[in-house]
Amino acid sequence: MRDGWSDLPARCTKRKMAQEDKENVIDQPEVLRHKMVTIEIAGKKYEVPEGITIIKALWYSGQEVVRGAGCLGGFCGACAAYYRTKDDPKVRTCLACQMAVQDGMSITMMPPFPARKATYDIQTLKDPKQDLFNLYPEAPLCRNCNACTEACPQKIDVREGVWKAVFGDFKSVSEMFMDCVMCGMCTPVCIADIAPNLVALYVSRAQGAHFTEKPLGLDTRIKEIQDGRFNDEWTKILKMTEKELADHCATVK
Amino acid sequence: MDIHALQQIVHQTRDARRKQTLPKFSPADRDQLIHKYHPDFRERAYRPIRFGPNDGDKTVLELATLLEGDSPIADGFDLTADHTTDVLVVGGGGAGCAAALHAHAAGAKVILATKLRLGDSNSVMAQGGMQISVAPEDSPVTHFVDTLKGGHMQNDHQLLKVMVEEGPSIAKWLLSLGVLFDRDADGNLHVKKGGGSSKPRLLTCSDYTGLEIMRVLKDEVLNQNIQLLEFCAAVELTSDEKGNCTGAIFKDLDNHRHVVVAAKSVILATGGIGRLHIQGFPTSNHYGATGDGLCLAYRMGAKLMHIDTFQYHPSGAVYPEQLIGALVTEGIRSEGGHLVNAKGERFVNELDTRDVVSSSIIRECEEGRGIRTMSGRIGVWLDTPLLDAEHGPGTVEKHFPAMMLQFERFGIDISKDPVLIYPTLHYQNGGVKIDTNSETNVKHLFVAGEASGGLHGRNRLMGNSLLDLMVFGRRSGLTAAARAATMPQGKLTVGHLKGFRAEAKKHGSAGGVVSPMILPPYTRKEPERMANS
Repeated sequence: MRDGWSDLPARCTKRKMAQEDKENVIDQPEVLRHKMVTIEIAGKKYEVPEGITIIKALWYSGQEVVRGAGCLGGFCGACAAYYRTKDDPKVRTCLACQMAVQDGMSITMMPPFPARKATYDIQTLKDPKQDLFNLYPEAPLCRNCNACTEACPQKIDVREGVWKAVFGDFKSVSEMFMDCVMCGMCTPVCIADIAPNLVALYVSRAQGAHFTEKPLGLDTRIKEIQDGRFNDEWTKILKMTEKELADHCATVK
Repeated sequence: MDIHALQQIVHQTRDARRKQTLPKFSPADRDQLIHKYHPDFRERAYRPIRFGPNDGDKTVLELATLLEGDSPIADGFDLTADHTTDVLVVGGGGAGCAAALHAHAAGAKVILATKLRLGDSNSVMAQGGMQISVAPEDSPVTHFVDTLKGGHMQNDHQLLKVMVEEGPSIAKWLLSLGVLFDRDADGNLHVKKGGGSSKPRLLTCSDYTGLEIMRVLKDEVLNQNIQLLEFCAAVELTSDEKGNCTGAIFKDLDNHRHVVVAAKSVILATGGIGRLHIQGFPTSNHYGATGDGLCLAYRMGAKLMHIDTFQYHPSGAVYPEQLIGALVTEGIRSEGGHLVNAKGERFVNELDTRDVVSSSIIRECEEGRGIRTMSGRIGVWLDTPLLDAEHGPGTVEKHFPAMMLQFERFGIDISKDPVLIYPTLHYQNGGVKIDTNSETNVKHLFVAGEASGGLHGRNRLMGNSLLDLMVFGRRSGLTAAARAATMPQGKLTVGHLKGFRAEAKKHGSAGGVVSPMILPPYTRKEPERMANS
């Protein structure tokens, strides 16, 4: 079993290369040097290889990770983290599976934040734009501090999104928040106790369920299937021998 | 050499390549290529399973060891139920959420247990889209034929027919929940062309299709107030005296206590195996993809199928180091991105099936036409700037925002420079054998999604996984819910372990391996101390 933090060479390189072509090798001085750096995880110093991701640095320093890791591909928001680089007062946010460590970096994982999620039945909402104010009455209380936008590791203009939601521009919100991984880092920084990611999720779902055109072609196709339009074709195909079916498949390009 | 110097050949040959059309391989050439280069055909990576329902069948070493592994539950374990439910869903990805929502809507009491958080899964990372035959020139039958071809004709016809026919109604369900699929100007669902498909059929939400679907489904599970057991890993199933499934035993990963759930039906939606790093491959899979459901079902006597075949996605990132194994979506190739070797040549029709494209990349690298990194990796170029050249500046940024951002974090602009890629372990083609209601040969034990087998044959077609999750999640959920009203809760025992352990002993398999794995062993152990060594 290979370790997650150590990037062992891919197995194919162990096999004999037909031609050792020195010209086609990418320079990676950082890989050759194997430089160790000192970082601080939750206030404790550890030595780890430079350039590995924060998640890998956790594993490298011997920590068991259960909470704080998910898809490891930058999509699930499980590994939301705060970090600060050497001598810089600014504490930034990141997804720990997508951020490389550097010397002097201080890191801490974001704990789960007890934000309130409204519950609703999206399909039976009568007036989704008005309902926003019942479900999330804090949404219009934004004081424009912009902390949410600065906290977003996905570079969404969160503050703008909250205002657009309040003004009923649900379409723009749904487009702006397509990148949202629901890490929730916009929430603890909000001085008005808004959970912008949850507001945007409600708005996006309402946009999809209530303010988007119904695709007529889809209904046509569903009806065709119900009416048995493809039955003859199915009968023909499912009766075929293996050979006939293979020949038939070969004709479809 | 500097990476930019090596990339020059891609820029220099772009215009010439744009005029080129590469035919797909003939069936005979495909077979030959796959047999020679696809990892599924590396004999040394395989061994027969020595006992159990698939006695004698071959699978990869990593999986065989876990399937033969011992249960962590000892005889005499206290099986007093902590929770009782009609339907127990194990797994919080796409199939798990779909199963839970449909069972709940049908009136059943549902518990959804997952070893990480609700939604942590491979589903959330699905970028390419979801195949549903909604276009007028397309049909479910064509979808069936394309999938069959992609699966090397080995797909279960009944499962496949069900999936393609129920696709359109799944799209309607997701739209009603507020999923924002891309649209054409006339309001119809926009369809894209995917590898191995004869018609454009991929429904997409830019390159966030899985994320968008999962955001909505997770939210809906919470809105419906479905009972959740998060950070609870299933470690064993329970059976009654007839061997039917009656519940499951979990380990709470926060406090390390066991939780016993009595259920009339259990739906395993536990996903794939990428984190077993089969044959040493990096993987695109999420942290928990350790094949737990396969081990649990196998010990209960459920038959597995096609477990000797895995999908290596052609385009896993090789550079930079931090992104190794991460997926570079197939969407790039769907929109015309070329694969280019170190000589600046194309070598495969980029829209051929994943097994063919992966095999051809491995061939290029093994025959010395790859580009190597100093860390010992190798790959070929994926010409991403070609998309801007072909469809106008800004195309990459507009169509692939997720990928732009992913590389931008490491100072790479994929709209200007090509990306180095190599196949990455992506999907388990096979799994637990199921019927059209998603039930296994063990009564009241259902399996949905990637953990199940048969539907995709020996190679899953791009975009069919998201549909699989929704269709068989729904079928399992509805079937389990319908049954609940008229059946009593069965007794909770671990009687099935007796026979399994006897077999294991007979084959000398008391080797100390305990399964399921739950999470991959990535934490670095303490280096050995001088005094001990």
